[in-house]
Amino acid sequence: MNRTTGRALTFVTSVIMIVALLAGCGSGSGSGNNSPTTKNNTGDTNSKTNVKTEATNAPVEKTTLTLMVGNTGTTLDALKAVGTEAEKKLNITIEYDIKPDGTEGDNLVKTRLATGDMSDLLVYNTGSLLKAVNPVENFLDVTNETFMADVLDSFKTVVTVDGKVYGAPVGSSSAGAILYNKKVYGELGLTVPQTWSEFMANNEKIKAAGKTAVIASYKDTWTSQLFVLGDYYNLQAQVPNFADDYTNNKAKYATTPQALRSFEKTEEPFKAGYMNKDFLATTYDVALKMLADGSGVHYPMLTSALDSILQNSPDKINDIGVFPIPGDSADVNGLTVWMPSGLYINKNSKKVEAAKKFMEYFVSKEGQAIFASKVKAAGPNVIKGIELPDDAYEGVKEMQKYFDEGKTSPALEFVSPVKGPNLENLTVAVGSGIISAQKGAEDYDKDILKQAQQLNLPGW
Amino acid sequence: MTKLKIRTYSYIFLVPAFLIYFVFYLLPTVLSLFFSMTRWTLTHWNFIGFDNYVTFFSETALSIGFRNTLIYAAVTCGLKVILGLLLGAFLTSTVLFKNYLRSVIFFPTLLSTIAVGIAFSILMHPSQGLINTSLAALGINGPDWLGNTKIALLSVALVDVWKGIGVATVIYIAGISAIPGEYYEALKIDGGSSMNAFRYITVPLSRPAMNSVIILAFIGGLRSFDLIWAMTKGGPGFTTDLIASIIYKQYQAGFYGLATAGNVILFVGVSLLAFPLYRYLTKGEVYL
Repeated sequence: MNRTTGRALTFVTSVIMIVALLAGCGSGSGSGNNSPTTKNNTGDTNSKTNVKTEATNAPVEKTTLTLMVGNTGTTLDALKAVGTEAEKKLNITIEYDIKPDGTEGDNLVKTRLATGDMSDLLVYNTGSLLKAVNPVENFLDVTNETFMADVLDSFKTVVTVDGKVYGAPVGSSSAGAILYNKKVYGELGLTVPQTWSEFMANNEKIKAAGKTAVIASYKDTWTSQLFVLGDYYNLQAQVPNFADDYTNNKAKYATTPQALRSFEKTEEPFKAGYMNKDFLATTYDVALKMLADGSGVHYPMLTSALDSILQNSPDKINDIGVFPIPGDSADVNGLTVWMPSGLYINKNSKKVEAAKKFMEYFVSKEGQAIFASKVKAAGPNVIKGIELPDDAYEGVKEMQKYFDEGKTSPALEFVSPVKGPNLENLTVAVGSGIISAQKGAEDYDKDILKQAQQLNLPGW
Repeated sequence: MTKLKIRTYSYIFLVPAFLIYFVFYLLPTVLSLFFSMTRWTLTHWNFIGFDNYVTFFSETALSIGFRNTLIYAAVTCGLKVILGLLLGAFLTSTVLFKNYLRSVIFFPTLLSTIAVGIAFSILMHPSQGLINTSLAALGINGPDWLGNTKIALLSVALVDVWKGIGVATVIYIAGISAIPGEYYEALKIDGGSSMNAFRYITVPLSRPAMNSVIILAFIGGLRSFDLIWAMTKGGPGFTTDLIASIIYKQYQAGFYGLATAGNVILFVGVSLLAFPLYRYLTKGEVYL
């Protein structure tokens, strides 16, 4: 072999190797690729096939939209019911892209948004968690859409960033409260507590009767936060400026006694021995079962859990009542309210018009009726003219009283953009006696600091 | 020098390997050093100097994480080294069903770590898990394996050993099989027992295998993440958090710059422990 052939061979071999290498990368790292032209998710392959069908078969203008939604509860089923109708009415097919809930889901949403890989529609939290995903750049502004006119302002404020509205409500409002078993209350002759000390006295009687007074399900860590988050009505009633001061780095959980109280409420049932055995290995579903069959009597939880109780133990649903997390004085007694999740349109979607059509249908009376047939409201609705049905849950009827008297407050995450991501781990640690309430509150303040800095808030 | 220019292969051959190395190793390393000094949202970044490192070191969870990581690495590494050696010696001797037993020992390695973690967290349920119900049948009151803050980390470490012992054993089997039979024959002629054979021939001459096991198991333990995440997610509270799970939580929270700083710290920490260990161990190796 002479030198030139040798060189040529070297060159050709190298080129082949490089090409092979790049081809390998192409198929292997598709998900990490953020250039829109080479996007390779399920939604895109669909749009390609759609383009083909549209070209060959013009009258059938079927659009496929992708919708990302969490897997907890019955929202997905209800959305699917609306989606099936939408397919008939609007010729829009929805493909569901199911994500986990909690911090794992937040992580996925942030990554998919940052890599330009988001589905056309997204169901995601409102309030502070929405602000953490940069809605101005990622979601379509729907402020001036006519279909948003009937959505109540109380909801609009939690999906508004820089004066623009980004989302439509998915479901009804709910409350962070204590779900209790009314049947056991009747058997033991207990009354709904107005203060924390009455609550603890009830717990003592329930424990004496051989039942679990307070159910904790710390295997699903997010369920541990309710004594802190659901206590916000009491906090804001006593410290009206807390939300503003907290957002501006002036008020801290550890140094505001009324705020620290929320962490103490997490700690006290454990210290008094009111919690179920194996609470660290208990899951949300097991906890709801305990509440429904009366072996557990109090469960601090979001009222949207009523829907899961209906699914799992339909005959027990009307045994379950709701009362607010009690404050230290009977004068302060009200509900902390959670706004529903929002439906958002991906600003960079190629099918924005179809997505808007679907959103319009979703918030219409018809769409809402289909949705409500699958998920019964866990609290008052946030769209004008959609009333609570007569067969609403017993627990929801009990909540109505607080709404009528104006004794409600939105949860802190809807009035401040700052929510520390580690709260659920800290409340597990406080609620299982690993650290004290004081230490938990101090660590949470540090967690908040990181979040505020990441959000680039002034004053941190 | 000029004569050296006449060579068989061109440098162009290095290009593919260099490209891989540059794109997947050098570039990310340099970039992560940079991003660890920023507050980063994946689309925007502000340069903030060493603030992330300061924040990371002031984390309460971090001291728990460092301690847990060391305990976890030491426990899993120690058990794998000792049990692996015993199993290796046992499975190279003349036992019945040798091949069957070898595959039984190796089998857990083939399973997905996440599946193993989920299966064991069910087995370890304090009142309904198979482990504690079996213990209860024997009259023993089993502990809350994953909920008790004192033993949760060790429970996970034991599962790690169960899963990883196969690799250690295979390395030992290879090392022990390579020892020439003449040594054992000589020992027999001198009247040595099988204990002597193990103590004076098998153990010292399988040092190279042992070193590989120590290094692999120790580094594996230091950067372990998947098993602990599947079993406890660092909980209850922060009691079983490892450095890797702390970093992962920072990523989950969207603190990308801070998490990257954590990774740089983990990288430096692992290097500081692993390189001296490697040099120390290879010094005393006996070459056959």
